Amino acid sequence: MLADMAGRFVREQYPIDTRHEHAAAELGFSRESWAEMAELGLIGALFREENGGFGGTGFDIALMFEEIGRGLVVEPFLANLLGGTALAHGSDSQKEIVEAVIGGETLLAFAHGEPTGRYDLAHVHTTAKPTADGYVLNGNKSVVISGDSADFLVVSALIEGDQPNEEDVTLFLVPADQDGVHRRGYPTIDGYRAAEIALKDVVVPADAMIGAKGQGLSIVHDVVARGTLAVCAEALGAIDAAIDLTLEYLKTRKQFGVPIGKFQALQHRMADMMTEREQIRSGVINAAGHLDATAGERDWHISALKNLVGRSGRMIAEESIQMHGGIGMTWEYAVGHYAKRIVMIDHLFGDVDYHLERIIKLGKAA
Amino acid sequence: MDLNYTAEELAFQQEVRAFMEEKLPKRLADKVKHHKRLTKEDMVEWHAILNSAGYLTGHWPKAFGGLEWNAIERTIFDEEMTAANGPRQVPFGLNMLAPVLMAFGSPEQQQYYLPRIADGQDFWCQGYSEPGAGSDLASLKMTAQRDGDHYVLNGQKTWTTLGQYANKIFCLVRTNKEGKPQEGISFILVDMDTPGVEVRPIILLEGTHEVNEVWFTDVRVPVENLVGEENKGWTYAKYLLVHERSGIAGVGAAMAGLSYLREIAQDQQKDGKPLLEDPFFAARLSEIEIDLAAMRTTNLRITQADNDGAPPGPETSMLKVKGTVLRQSINDLTRRALGPYAMPFVSEALDAGYNEEPIGPDYANPIAGDYFNHRKTSIYGGSNEVQRNIISKMMMGL
Ligand SMILES: Cc1cc2nc3c(=O)[nH]c(=O)nc-3n(C[C@H](O)[C@H](O)[C@H](O)COP(=O)(O)OP(=O)(O)OC[C@H]3O[C@@H](n4cnc5c(N)ncnc54)[C@H](O)[C@@H]3O)c2cc1C
Repeated sequence: MLADMAGRFVREQYPIDTRHEHAAAELGFSRESWAEMAELGLIGALFREENGGFGGTGFDIALMFEEIGRGLVVEPFLANLLGGTALAHGSDSQKEIVEAVIGGETLLAFAHGEPTGRYDLAHVHTTAKPTADGYVLNGNKSVVISGDSADFLVVSALIEGDQPNEEDVTLFLVPADQDGVHRRGYPTIDGYRAAEIALKDVVVPADAMIGAKGQGLSIVHDVVARGTLAVCAEALGAIDAAIDLTLEYLKTRKQFGVPIGKFQALQHRMADMMTEREQIRSGVINAAGHLDATAGERDWHISALKNLVGRSGRMIAEESIQMHGGIGMTWEYAVGHYAKRIVMIDHLFGDVDYHLERIIKLGKAA
Repeated sequence: MDLNYTAEELAFQQEVRAFMEEKLPKRLADKVKHHKRLTKEDMVEWHAILNSAGYLTGHWPKAFGGLEWNAIERTIFDEEMTAANGPRQVPFGLNMLAPVLMAFGSPEQQQYYLPRIADGQDFWCQGYSEPGAGSDLASLKMTAQRDGDHYVLNGQKTWTTLGQYANKIFCLVRTNKEGKPQEGISFILVDMDTPGVEVRPIILLEGTHEVNEVWFTDVRVPVENLVGEENKGWTYAKYLLVHERSGIAGVGAAMAGLSYLREIAQDQQKDGKPLLEDPFFAARLSEIEIDLAAMRTTNLRITQADNDGAPPGPETSMLKVKGTVLRQSINDLTRRALGPYAMPFVSEALDAGYNEEPIGPDYANPIAGDYFNHRKTSIYGGSNEVQRNIISKMMMGL
């Protein structure tokens, strides 16, 4: 199975030092590694057969991202899952790009969020003014994951007006080297890359539109649901790794003449961490199983999962550091890097409070 | 208890406030407020400014050149200084070594070292922890062997905060391997430029260099650098732990952090309104305010007991646990307040002289790193687990 292959790849070829090397490279990841992963079919596992992939169900995505989390893989799986999912709603020629993504040749990024939009998916001010044979895009996109290395950007924009309007959001495919696309790439605190992107009079042809006019937000919801499931599964993998390291440390670190794991104060907290991990695993299963259900059902389970990961993930990340003592605070030791990823996932696609509020709005579990 | 400050205390508060307004360089206050990195020069400069008014050593006894502030005055000073975004004093010489020298040092040591702490000639660091001796500090292994009128030191200290800046280190060392581990420890002062001392950086998880390993290979230290008696070092170190309760709660820092968080939440937008008005966020912020209001009084009650001469007890441990958890929760909520802009992290932007446009709001860059960095506060200075053990042992009678 592909997830097993991903697991083996991470275990055998992706030790944490390699990960740091990739992260520190100019691109923020390794092109060679990405090609190998493509070769193994790991990118294809994220997409349905009709789009050239060999997976694409909730469980395919979750299993793959769990391994990605275990290895803290910095290669741009998330950005390409997002971009590819959007393009799968597009024309035949746009779907062909998904195949190039699966082959590892083409890189995508999902340029949707805007500077003061926080997590609000409908907060789009970017405009796409119709011209005789296409559109002219203007606006600013913020914290675009892997935005600096992408070949193409999926950009959301308004055609009719310039104030957020759910019915007016439309997606466009924009070559990243197009005139007027200004990208400023930077590292994130947890070792990944993102970019601020300014669009200034960017001219695109009419067939750059993805899906239909005004269909953008419903595609965005599909993209974000998949992305949210993915990062939650990634958090689960990172949590697994953090718990393994901590458990091992409790058994080997001695103070007061005994392994610190003999102290019941720590045992109970470890027990809580392990229990919460199982809760998160169940949340991932619930969300994966409802990924292709009705939008209401899907979103309830996705938000439930993201809230759970935000709350319990933070607890597990903090406790993993705490129970290591000083060593957990260092760059050289891996647990801090897992903790950073777990906590920063709270800042992708809505945090604990965003999803709590959404759950309240959605009402009872469907 | 009386919650109001006396007239003298209020006058002192005004005095400190005026001092901060006049003497605290804006450059330093900006760095502190915006969580930028302080250089050694910044720390030294600020110490000199505080020292010019006697504030640096305000808590020292008059006999040693201090102003003999009581715990309330210290609290007032701490709150005013942090509210004005004054850099926190480097505590190692000032608050950790000095009280030990005053209580147990020789007159020569007191006369030589204390003025040098005050005027900044010496920058001290603390050499207690070792790789194998953290919470169980008494198991430390670094040895000091008598050889004529020297001790010869061999071993390793670790987690040495600001060791890269220090010219002196005070160490707990093993002078006797027989008997109870606590009874073979001595307290010794070491010049960092003695041959055989080597400092190696440890980088923290968010990329900063503030702690170090310090290695000692046949380091010869004159016997007059021993503090007090040989094999009594544990008693001196413990003395410090119980007597150092002022400031441990970090109330001033929590208040400053909270007001910064409010400022950020006023600027951050959620659904077109300030985040501060969002009921979810407001609920979390209010819970912190509730805890802090109580904490401020808990801190005053405990430090006032100190003034009244009550023996220090496990209450100090309560201040440490609650104080660190509270400040960590402020760091956590500040991180959350930023939304997606908590993610970008440009390390160079934390140093002075970085002139590029900020990514997102200008306050965003250091916040997540700060949240991770402050996980240290529940680990060092006696971990929160160790503090809870003290509370259990001393208060529960189980
Ligand atoms: C940023 C930073 C700066 C520091 N600066 C200095 C410095 O300047 N000078 C210096 O000497 N030291 C310094 N320290 C060291 C600090 O004091 C130690 O990290 C601390 O004492 C904990 O020791 P340890 O790291 O070895 O953890 P350990 O003692 O190995 O503890 C690991 C875990 O076990 C828990 N534990 C241990 N014993 C018990 C018990 N009996 N019951 C329940 N739980 C227990 C701990 O609480 C912790 O969660 C610093 C540490 C950090 C992180």
